[in-house]
Amino acid sequence: MSKLLFEERQVVIPGDALAEGMDFLPGKGAFREGEHIISSRVGLLNISGRILNVMPLSGRYVPRRDDIVIGYVRDMSYSSWFVDVGYAYEASLSMKDATADFIERGSSLSDYFAVGEVILTRISNVTKEGNIDLTMKGPGLRKLSGGKIVEVTASKVPRVVGKQGSMISLIKDKTGCTLFVGQNGRIWIRGPSPEAEKLASDAIQLIDEKAHTSGLTERVGVFLEKHSLEIKQ
Amino acid sequence: MMISREYVESIVAKNTRLDGRKFDEYRSIEIEYGVSSKSAEGSARVRIGDTEVVAGVKMELGTPFSDKPGEGSIMVNVELLPLSSPLFESGPPSIEAIELSRVTDRGIRESKALDFKKLCVREGEKVWLVFIDIYPINAAGNLFDACNLAALAALRDATFPKLDGDKIDYSQKTKNKLPLTKLPIACTVWKVENQFLVDPLLEEEQASNARISIVFTEEGKICAMQKGGDSPLMSEEIAQAVELAEAKTHELRRHFK
Amino acid sequence: MKYTKRLDGRKFDEMRPMSAQVGVVKNAVGSARFQIGKTVAIAAVYGPKDLFPKFLQKPHGAVLRCNYNMMAFSGSGERVRPGANRRSKEISMVIQKSFEPVLDLSEFPKAVVDVYIELIQTDAGTRCAGICAASLALADAGFDMKDLVCAISCGLVGDQVVVDLDKTEEDFEGGAVDIPIAVLPRTGEITLLQLDGEISKADLAKAIDHGKEACKKIYELQQAALRQKYAQEARA
Repeated sequence: MSKLLFEERQVVIPGDALAEGMDFLPGKGAFREGEHIISSRVGLLNISGRILNVMPLSGRYVPRRDDIVIGYVRDMSYSSWFVDVGYAYEASLSMKDATADFIERGSSLSDYFAVGEVILTRISNVTKEGNIDLTMKGPGLRKLSGGKIVEVTASKVPRVVGKQGSMISLIKDKTGCTLFVGQNGRIWIRGPSPEAEKLASDAIQLIDEKAHTSGLTERVGVFLEKHSLEIKQ
Repeated sequence: MMISREYVESIVAKNTRLDGRKFDEYRSIEIEYGVSSKSAEGSARVRIGDTEVVAGVKMELGTPFSDKPGEGSIMVNVELLPLSSPLFESGPPSIEAIELSRVTDRGIRESKALDFKKLCVREGEKVWLVFIDIYPINAAGNLFDACNLAALAALRDATFPKLDGDKIDYSQKTKNKLPLTKLPIACTVWKVENQFLVDPLLEEEQASNARISIVFTEEGKICAMQKGGDSPLMSEEIAQAVELAEAKTHELRRHFK
Repeated sequence: MKYTKRLDGRKFDEMRPMSAQVGVVKNAVGSARFQIGKTVAIAAVYGPKDLFPKFLQKPHGAVLRCNYNMMAFSGSGERVRPGANRRSKEISMVIQKSFEPVLDLSEFPKAVVDVYIELIQTDAGTRCAGICAASLALADAGFDMKDLVCAISCGLVGDQVVVDLDKTEEDFEGGAVDIPIAVLPRTGEITLLQLDGEISKADLAKAIDHGKEACKKIYELQQAALRQKYAQEARA
């Protein structure tokens, strides 16, 4: 007789027995050991039919194809840029994927993206060895100038965005800022004033800290309401 | 957070800081004594905002310098632990660690905060050597001031170990405090764009071109200074920084009351 | 030599008071503090990140690098000279080995995961406290782990099998045997074992048994510390 030992959205840690019996299957962050399904990481239990997943509450971003991420240009060779996307390895953006425009032979790569610049980019491919390819071809992908970037744990990005974008819209409305959220946990903020940008980044930090709790949208709404009066318009 | 230098400069130009503080405002400061009381002769932990530093005092016996036969001495060692920041690497002390060590040392030594003559056991033969080891646990900006406060707090906490003839019995502590006669407090002033600020976040340090550390005694005397950074400072700017540091060290000193 | 009453009055299978906190170094990917008696260890994890020089890279997974260090003022007597020494290098290595069986780093070939352990104050049992802290720090950092790792020193003081020797017991004039062990709590597998002293086979088996039993309490403390960090709050 199979039995669940934890509930959906409960915090579990490595070694926790999530269920006993053979009816359940281990998904991400879990494994089977004899009669039990065991959690291998710190996270929230997610029950998807018979599959038990543990959604991470901490830890690094793991790049996946088609993720939109915010990257920092760190280096370049004669035909590509090396970009930090917050993973164990740098990603590479080759000249042919950099722009729809025609790049003249012999032109300087730094005219397009210079070291230190920030880009909103898409992951076009990830190999097993950790080679990550990026592309700038696509709607909305571009260099991000000015503004500031805050980082949250990558697994919390869905909370920052909210159901159908409800959370991110709430922050935009109350602070007047433009925000781009990267799947890698980096969020670019540009607003009408430093105070507005600070309020947006404080709200995001709140989400990062309380991502595992319920009633978060209300709580963030209350927080923004309370402090939005302090923003000089 | 990844904050570009340009962003820091732009908000400084708009008269504000990343965390909304005023330019002359320190983050909240906490000092805790005796964090390693079983092992160290004196120890302390200092928190300035998210920056956390621990310091400990160990005493040894040694021979005095030939030109100062009746005086003991101090040795300050700051180790920038890779534990405290992704920017620090394992290995021999970096120049940043060495600078922190020597500047902290000078503040204490030149102000004669510790009466070296009272560290003498037998003139010409045996004196106390006071080792002060300082370690950041979380490096989040302003290590200069944090290390100075931690060193002073550890010295304040310290007592002499028991002397058994010529041997130290570390297991027995005496009640005799170290001869700490004054508290030379450091305030490092950083220049970002054309603004002077104190207690920088790491991002503010990275956006700065010049800094100057100034150590003040209670009497208003300056006992150590160190200018850093790639850009020069005008003498008026230095005078301005000195004024700011004097006011700030006066406030910081209250944490030791 | 007989040892009928512990120097600090504890029962023979009783550990010193312990405490654990997770997330104590904000800059780190994961971190924790573990205290047992007067021994205080802090661990911080960084990575996975690129590993240089390249010849150290491994093709099938990240390299785990542990660095154990005692702060200069943390020793029980004289100042500890800063810098790695043979003792700290050996301890770093056995600590790293104690985590090999629980970590799956195959997702990050050619990268490195750094675990830094610092001792702020010591009263014996330092490598064990370091392992307990590092275990929490690795979990906090989000790594996949088959189990947490618990570690305790067990052994003999005089003629008596005890658990969690403090410094006075290690230095007991009637002789002492210090056996640090690291245990995977769910399966009882031992991932670290060292022995310092002279002991009979029977006493060794008894000491290890007691050590494994003691680790169960450490496990409870570690689990509580991890859950504490994410404690659910009551609905507003």
